[in-house]
Amino acid sequence: MRIRVNDITKDFGKTGALRGVSLDIHDGELIALLGPSGSGKTTLLRVIAGLETPSAGKVFFGDADATGVPVQRRRIGFVFQNYALFKHMSVRDNVAYGLRVLPRSQQPSSTEVQKRVQDLLDLVQLPGIGERYPRQLSGGQQQRVALARALAVEPRVLLLDEPFGALDAKVRKDLRHWLRELHDRTGHTTVFVTHDQEEALELADRVAILNGGKLEQIGTPDEVYDSPASPFVMSFVGDTTSIPVEFDGDRLLYEGHAFDVSLTEPYRGGGRLFLRPGDVEIVDAAAGALPGVIVDIRRTTAGHRAHIKLGARDVTIEVALGHSKDIRKGERVGVSILRGRVFAD
Amino acid sequence: MRFKQPSALPGFGLALGYTLFYLGIVVLLPLAALVAEAAGLGLSGIWAVATEPRVLAALRISFGLAFAAALVDCVFGLLIAWVLTRYQFPGRKLLDAAVDLPFALPTAVAGIALATLYAPNGWIGGILAEVGIKVAFTPAGIFIALVFVALPFTVRTVQPLIAEIDRSVEEVSATLGASRLQTIARIIIPMLAPAVLTGFALAFARSVSEYGSVIFIAGNLPYKSEIAPVLIVIKLEEFNYPGATAIAVIMLGLAFVILFAINLIQAWSRRRLGHA
Amino acid sequence: MPERNQTPNKTAPSVATESAPARTALIALALAFLALFLILPVVVVFTEAFWKGVGVYLATFEDPDAQAAIRLTLIVAAIAVPLNMIFGVAASWAIAKFEFHGKSLLITLIDLPFSISPVVSGLIYVLLFGAQGYFGPWLKAHNIEIIFALPGIVLATIFVTFPFVARELIPLMQEQGNTDEEAALTLGAGGLRAFFTVTLPNIRWGLLYGVLLCNARAMGEFGAVSVVSGHIRGLTDTMPLHVEILYNEYNFTAAFAMASLLTLLALVTLAAKTLLEMQYGEALARTPRV
Repeated sequence: MRIRVNDITKDFGKTGALRGVSLDIHDGELIALLGPSGSGKTTLLRVIAGLETPSAGKVFFGDADATGVPVQRRRIGFVFQNYALFKHMSVRDNVAYGLRVLPRSQQPSSTEVQKRVQDLLDLVQLPGIGERYPRQLSGGQQQRVALARALAVEPRVLLLDEPFGALDAKVRKDLRHWLRELHDRTGHTTVFVTHDQEEALELADRVAILNGGKLEQIGTPDEVYDSPASPFVMSFVGDTTSIPVEFDGDRLLYEGHAFDVSLTEPYRGGGRLFLRPGDVEIVDAAAGALPGVIVDIRRTTAGHRAHIKLGARDVTIEVALGHSKDIRKGERVGVSILRGRVFAD
Repeated sequence: MRFKQPSALPGFGLALGYTLFYLGIVVLLPLAALVAEAAGLGLSGIWAVATEPRVLAALRISFGLAFAAALVDCVFGLLIAWVLTRYQFPGRKLLDAAVDLPFALPTAVAGIALATLYAPNGWIGGILAEVGIKVAFTPAGIFIALVFVALPFTVRTVQPLIAEIDRSVEEVSATLGASRLQTIARIIIPMLAPAVLTGFALAFARSVSEYGSVIFIAGNLPYKSEIAPVLIVIKLEEFNYPGATAIAVIMLGLAFVILFAINLIQAWSRRRLGHA
Repeated sequence: MPERNQTPNKTAPSVATESAPARTALIALALAFLALFLILPVVVVFTEAFWKGVGVYLATFEDPDAQAAIRLTLIVAAIAVPLNMIFGVAASWAIAKFEFHGKSLLITLIDLPFSISPVVSGLIYVLLFGAQGYFGPWLKAHNIEIIFALPGIVLATIFVTFPFVARELIPLMQEQGNTDEEAALTLGAGGLRAFFTVTLPNIRWGLLYGVLLCNARAMGEFGAVSVVSGHIRGLTDTMPLHVEILYNEYNFTAAFAMASLLTLLALVTLAAKTLLEMQYGEALARTPRV
């Protein structure tokens, strides 16, 4: 099911949560809505679901205008961060719920219902727990049951609101892979909200980045990572450090040191150069290289990082160290910038 | 096994001693008298009193009407608790406080007020009289008084639970296609069921033992509108201590059995519905 | 908790609530029920009391029997409430601050009066001290009157009202724990000093709450007192009992005039209770007391 969001604005009292957001969701894709707290991503998801009515704009399911359609009739599947399982029902009854509230004429027979429930439990790899109650399940199991429940009514689109937010890191990682596999198998159009960039990049076919109620960029994980459209996107998706630079006609300067690039359009003024830790190399302090001093060396889960003070000003960048470098604090080195993105002020 | 865990805090002996002394005089001694008197009667004696026609009638009226009143209070108590918790409207806080009126108002005051209200020439009694309905001096009057008296119990037990309901559960029910009515019937009511049952138990217990609010509106006609507590008072005035005691013991015993049964139902529903 | 960007879980989205017309209907129904069953009786008390004008209303209280009834009610409350307050504090100190065997039995005993009919509460004292009671002859011989006299009324009132203070203080003190008192002790304070300087300030609003309820019930108790008092006008009539007498004599205005005083007490108690809950909600026990 293709979903089109047209110029959606949503206000809560005086606060604007969404401002003129337009988005096109392809049929069968797994798309992430990524952004910090307050960016409006959850609101957008709820507008698509019909749990919120937009103050302005429209939502299209396929070619049909769904803006006025109540949530009960949109045939969506929604999964909450806190699972929202019905505590007074068994797992089986939870999953069957959507089928049991259908109008009499559309309700499948009880044997059919039981079969569907069992198939879904098999699908989410929890075949034996039908008789248990939610409070007897772990967080990861509850979330999978919530997903099974959402899938029972054969939704046109799956909407997940920070589905793994309440789970431990390890469980979260496992469920991420599992969700991707599930999606590849069933092919449902899936929209999920997250504030975890790693999760978005790893899982999604495309990533839509929201900030302050606006859509900053939408693209594949590669596009968003390698070609960020704004400083916000660049720094939000992946680690960055940045240094102030000057545009001087067709040259780019940092403290007088000219980078080995030429600008396509001449420009004069200030800007910022954004660097990822892996985009910078440490070389011998030779004439011509950017001078730097090692300020600190720290350990991360991905190896060592050096904090380097560049030049004369109080500007520090982070550089990922390879295995072969043997550097110490206080050493004077040369800094070679392999890649970066520069944005004019 | 020591009696008390060691503690740095002083004053345990004094506090507990005074407590037990006070309880002993005020509670245990009189209750012992009750038990002794009942024992003096023996089960046969109590049974003899229980099967007196007038006593049977009074017990039936007391328990029957208490049951009905508690039922009505459960329904309206749930409604009132829901409206007070979920909706915003002017005067909500005032009404919330008003729910405690039957709890705070002296029973005699409530009694004469209700009697006057529902008397044939009263505000409501007058209107009903035109339609041929008599309330005062009939079991219906007792029923009204009991509904008044027990309402706070059903409202206050359910209110906290309603406040705690997680809205996302209601939302998810809607996303699965359930109408509002279906969500209420399948999700909300079962979640509130244990609290409603508790409220019923408390309302029932209070209604059975009520005296002051009832005697003015009841008429107290033997076999018709005479409740068990009234019979106890009558027996006492006749210095029929054993008779009065017997009725008291029967009332206590029956109330205990019914409350116990309700507790069992509650425990079962809590387990079955999986609600903590 | 789910990260609700701008959608706090508690503000009603249109899905998790009833439609507007349904809401209006439900509110109307609830209001109607409350008005009919709860508010109307209170209104009746005051309209009947002032039916014949303020003059007749005030005349009620010039009757010596009425004054005696008011005096008796106040005396009974003045004895019963402080005694119950001390009991409540002592009992909750023992129960909330210490661990010992038989605690739940003790708590059950304290809750007992709530499960007993007021009439039975009076009955047990008659069984004990009545003319044909266990101590009846002994009392007669020593010329001591309990039943049909002040002591009996006080006892019955104490019985039905003693749980109130304890029931409020026990959960409150349990919630507060022992750490404050223990800190005081480590700083050198004696037991009594710790109690007055640390515990008492901590529980003062809960104590006031419990005392308010205890007092309201003590002044308004009818069933239990009715059984032990003998209804001797001018001597053993409390205000509720006097209301009954006046009503049974068809002296409705006077009956409701007396009742209006008691109703005023109830309304003031409710107002004070609500104020306490609003202002000092955190300083009161969190478990609902019904």
